[in-house]
Amino acid sequence: MKPVLRRLRAELFATPADAVLSTGLIAVLSLAAFGFLRWAFTQAQWAVIRVNSTLFAVGRYPVEEQWRLWLLLWLLFAATGLSWGVLRSHPRPDRSGVLWPRNDRIAATLLVVLGLWRPAAMGLSLSIQARWWGLVALLLLVRWLAGRFGPRFGPLGLRLVALMWPVLYLVGMVLISGGLGLVAVSPSEWGGLLLTLLASSFAILLCFPIGVLLALGRRSDLPLLRWGSVLYIEFIRGAPLITLLFLGQNILGFLLPGGLAPDRIWRAAWVLTFFAAAYLAEAVRSGLAAVPRGQLEAARSLGLSYPKALQHVVLPQALRVALPAMVGQFISLLQDTTLLSLIGLLELLGTARTVMANPAFLGKNAEVYLTLAVLFWCCCAALGLGSRALERRLDPHAVPSAT
Amino acid sequence: MVPVNPSDPSPPPLPAPKPPWWRDRRVVPWVVQAVVGLLVLLLIAFLLGNLVRNLTAAGLLLSWRWLQQPAGFDISESVLPFNAQLPYWRALAAGLVNTIRAVVVGLVGATLLGTLVGMASFSHNGLLRRLARVYVEVVRNIPLLLQLVFWYFVVFLTLPNGVAAIQLPGVVLAKSGLYIAGLGEGLRWMGPTLVNGVWQAPVRLSVEFGALLTGLIVYSGAFIAEVVRGGIAAVPKGQWEAASSLGLSWFATLRRIVLPQSLRVIVPGLNTQYISLAKNSSLAVAVGYTDLYSVAETTLNQTGRAVEVILVLLAAYLTLDLLISALMNGLNHLVQIRER
Repeated sequence: MKPVLRRLRAELFATPADAVLSTGLIAVLSLAAFGFLRWAFTQAQWAVIRVNSTLFAVGRYPVEEQWRLWLLLWLLFAATGLSWGVLRSHPRPDRSGVLWPRNDRIAATLLVVLGLWRPAAMGLSLSIQARWWGLVALLLLVRWLAGRFGPRFGPLGLRLVALMWPVLYLVGMVLISGGLGLVAVSPSEWGGLLLTLLASSFAILLCFPIGVLLALGRRSDLPLLRWGSVLYIEFIRGAPLITLLFLGQNILGFLLPGGLAPDRIWRAAWVLTFFAAAYLAEAVRSGLAAVPRGQLEAARSLGLSYPKALQHVVLPQALRVALPAMVGQFISLLQDTTLLSLIGLLELLGTARTVMANPAFLGKNAEVYLTLAVLFWCCCAALGLGSRALERRLDPHAVPSAT
Repeated sequence: MVPVNPSDPSPPPLPAPKPPWWRDRRVVPWVVQAVVGLLVLLLIAFLLGNLVRNLTAAGLLLSWRWLQQPAGFDISESVLPFNAQLPYWRALAAGLVNTIRAVVVGLVGATLLGTLVGMASFSHNGLLRRLARVYVEVVRNIPLLLQLVFWYFVVFLTLPNGVAAIQLPGVVLAKSGLYIAGLGEGLRWMGPTLVNGVWQAPVRLSVEFGALLTGLIVYSGAFIAEVVRGGIAAVPKGQWEAASSLGLSWFATLRRIVLPQSLRVIVPGLNTQYISLAKNSSLAVAVGYTDLYSVAETTLNQTGRAVEVILVLLAAYLTLDLLISALMNGLNHLVQIRER
C-alpha cells in the first residue's frame, strides 16, 4: 500500500466508528461545498462588488483627489518591496544567503497571480488593471534591487528602512487629509477600507505607548500610580466598546470647551485608542510578569538608571514574551473597527450597509458580507502569520550560535 | 618612622554626603506621585468644570426625574411585561432582562459548543481534528459584528414562511420566528402547529434573538474551544496513556480522567470569555434585538440625557461583569486540586 493511502487509512478509517464518522463528515462537507460553489457561480450576482469597488475601497473620497491615494499606494508598494529585499539580504546566522528561498518564491508567485487575476476578475477598467500590474511589478523590482544592492549599505540600510515607515505614515496622513499645499479632504469624506485601515493603524500605533505606560504603572511600587492604572484598566475593560464609542460621540462634546471637540471620526479613533490601550496594558503586564525580578535588580546594581534599565533590559524581554498576546489585541482591534458602523461612520461595514440600502442592490447581503468576511479574514490571518514569523525571529533559543 | 600616639583619637569618619533632594530615593517617588496626582486632578477638574458649564447651558444638569416619565416606545420582545405607557426605568429594566436572557442562554450554548470542539481537536479522526481547527481559525478572524449581520440578514431573514418552513422534530424555523415544543395550556406537551398559515408553539423566539444567539454562540464557542484545548493540552500525556492502558475508551478517558484535571486551567480562561460574551451581547442592536444598549440608545435620543444614560449603561455592564467574575471565582475554588 502506498504511504499516502496508509496515512489516510490511519487518520480516517482506523476503527469502524471512525469510518462511519469520516464518511458522514465527508458527505456533509462535499454537499456543503457543492451547494456553495453552485450558489457562488450560478446564483450570486457579484456585480454589487464590481460596481461599488471604489466605494468599498475609499468611500466618498473626492474623485479628483484620488490620485493622492494612488500615489500613496505606489509609495507603500515600493516601501514594502524595499523592506522585504533588505530584510532578506541582511545576513543572519540562522539563514543561508539565498535571496529567493522557497517561501519567498511562493509569496512572489501568489502576488503575481493575484495581481494579474484579481483586477481582471473584478472587471476593473483597463487603466486601473494596468496600475495594479504596475504596482506588483514595482514591488518585485524594488525587492530584487534591494536584495541585490542592499547589503552594500550594511547595518545603515536596515536602520534607514526602519526609519522609512514612520516617515511614510506621516506622508500618508498628509496625502490623505491634505495640507502642505494639497486641498484638504475632510474626514467625513473618508470611508470604506481606507477608513478601516486608518482608524485601526492610528489606534494600534498610539495605544502601544499608552498601554506600556499603563502596564508599568500597574506594576509600580508607587501606590498612586498603581491604583490609578488599575482603576483605568478595569473601568475600560468592564465596559463594552459600543458604550464607550457612544460616550465618545455624545459626551466628549460636553467635556471639552465649545469647539475643541474633534471631528466624529477622530473622536471614534481616540476612543478606540484608549480602549485598546487598556487591553494592551494587560498583555504587556503578562510579559513583565514573566521577566524575573533579578533582571531589574542586576541592571540597577550595574548602575543603570530605572528608565535605562527598563529600556535596555526589562522591556525587550517583556515585550518579546507579550508579542503573541499583543498581536492578538491588534487583531481584535482591527475587527472592532466594524463597530464604527453602529455610530454612523462609513467604514467597510457602514459602506456595505449604504450600498445595500441602494434599491439596485437590495437583498445582495450574502455577496457583500461574504466579500467583507474574506477581506477581514485575510487581514487578520496575515497579522497572525506575521506575528508568528516575528516570534520565531526573536526567539533567542531558536537561533543557532554563529560560531 | 613616625611614632604613633595611641591616645591620639583618629578623626571621626566624615558623614556620608547627603544626596541632593532630587536624587533622594525617599523623596523622589513621592514627588513623582504628587505631580502625577496633581495633573490628573487638574484634568478631571477641567473636564468636570466644562461638563457642568455645558450641561447647565443646555439645561441638562444631572437629574433622575425623567426616569419616571412614560417611555412612549414599545419593546417588541420583552420578558418583563412592558408597554409604551410605562416609565423609562421600566424600559431600561426590560432591556436589562433581555440582555441577561441572551447572555445566560449564550453562555450555556457557547460552553457546550466550545467544549465539544475543544474535545474534537484531540480526536483520533484526522478529519474531525482538522475541521475543529478550521472552525476556530475561520471564526476568530472575522469580526463578530459582521458575523451577526450575516446570520441575521443572510440566514434568518431568508428562512421560508408558513408550510415551507424548515421543520425539525419539535422545532420549526420560519421567517416569523423559531417555534419550539414545550408545555402548553393545561401542562400538555405541545409541538409547533400550523394554524391558518401561522405557526404556533408554546415557546416562540424571534429571529432577532435567534440571530444574536447563533452569532454569539458560534463566535464565543471558537474562543472557548481554544481555552478547552489549552486546558486539555496541559494535562500530562501519561494520564492519557495510563487511562487507555486501563482499558478506558477515548471518550471515557476524556470525561473521567482528563477533563476533570484540565478544569483548573480552563475555568480562569472561561471567566475572560464569559465576560467578553456579556459585553459582546451589546452588539444585539445591529440585529434589532432590544437589549439594554438598544433601549438606552432610544432613551438618549428621546430625552437627550446623555450623561445619566451612559452612567446607567456602564453601571449595568460593570455589575454584570462582576457577577460573572464572582460566580467563576467560586467555581474556580471548587475545581482547584487540593494538595494534601
